[in-house]
Amino acid sequence: MYSQDEPLEALRDIKKMMERSSRFISLSGWSGIAAGICALAGAWVANSKIEEYGSVHSSESENGEIFNFSRIGLLQELIITGLLTFLAALVSAFVFTYLRSKKTGVPLWGLTAKNLFLNTLIPMAAGGLVILRMMQLGDYELISSCCLVFYGLALVNASKYTLDEIRYLGYCELILGVVSLWKSGSGLYFWAVGFGLLHIIYGGVMWWKYERVKS
Amino acid sequence: MKNPIDNLNKVFDSRIRLGVMSVLLVNTEINFNDLKELLQVTDGNLASHLANLEENGFIKVRKGFIGRKTNTTYSITKAGEKAFKEHLGGLESMIRGIK
Repeated sequence: MYSQDEPLEALRDIKKMMERSSRFISLSGWSGIAAGICALAGAWVANSKIEEYGSVHSSESENGEIFNFSRIGLLQELIITGLLTFLAALVSAFVFTYLRSKKTGVPLWGLTAKNLFLNTLIPMAAGGLVILRMMQLGDYELISSCCLVFYGLALVNASKYTLDEIRYLGYCELILGVVSLWKSGSGLYFWAVGFGLLHIIYGGVMWWKYERVKS
Repeated sequence: MKNPIDNLNKVFDSRIRLGVMSVLLVNTEINFNDLKELLQVTDGNLASHLANLEENGFIKVRKGFIGRKTNTTYSITKAGEKAFKEHLGGLESMIRGIK
């Protein structure tokens, strides 16, 4: 005969299987926090490079040749800093999510992870190409805004395949990116807030909501 | 009065068959290995449950190839969707009945 809890248990099973098969639930809050810290560190390095450049070259700016030469050097350094930051953030985010997948018992490279990865990658790759072309054309003003906008779109898209809250992080990135379009010159600050601060806040909230050991 | 248990489908008594149907309701198509991983069951066990669901006309099987390896994918049929939803309704009325 059916016991009292059986229908409830069956419903719980159904819900669990639906979630597990359609969403990647192992995304760790710590991943967000780690990526945010990497971004802040990267922004700080970039900022000090720009300041250093500014203090050395403010007196030489009349000499066009030196200016252009060292400006290219600075841009190269900034691009390398950006790429290293991105890599560091990616690796640290991956490590924490890997650890979490051990706990949730969901394979890291399963069906849901593939869906999540692909659907995040598509907007990011499109954005990457747009930014690359902007750099080629020597238009650096909107790079930071573009990073934020495309990342926001990627997150909104990704939210269908992982914990739903990431959608709100996506909205925040989008708003920040769009606002920064009209605030040229402070791109780095917007970048630091979007990729640093917001990630840390998001990571903290997610940790509090899902991973905290409730006493 | 109708007994709420009448709405429950015997086919879905098994947790594995229930799991397969849950997964198929939210995924248009899923292959054998992904299903095995999700439900954490052995090949033989899963295969027999899948055969049972197929005999009942609740799921569709499509055999394909990725390179030389066979890739069998499963999807839910209209009848399967209907039966599963009725089963859910049955569970619901049982819970109501208990309260």
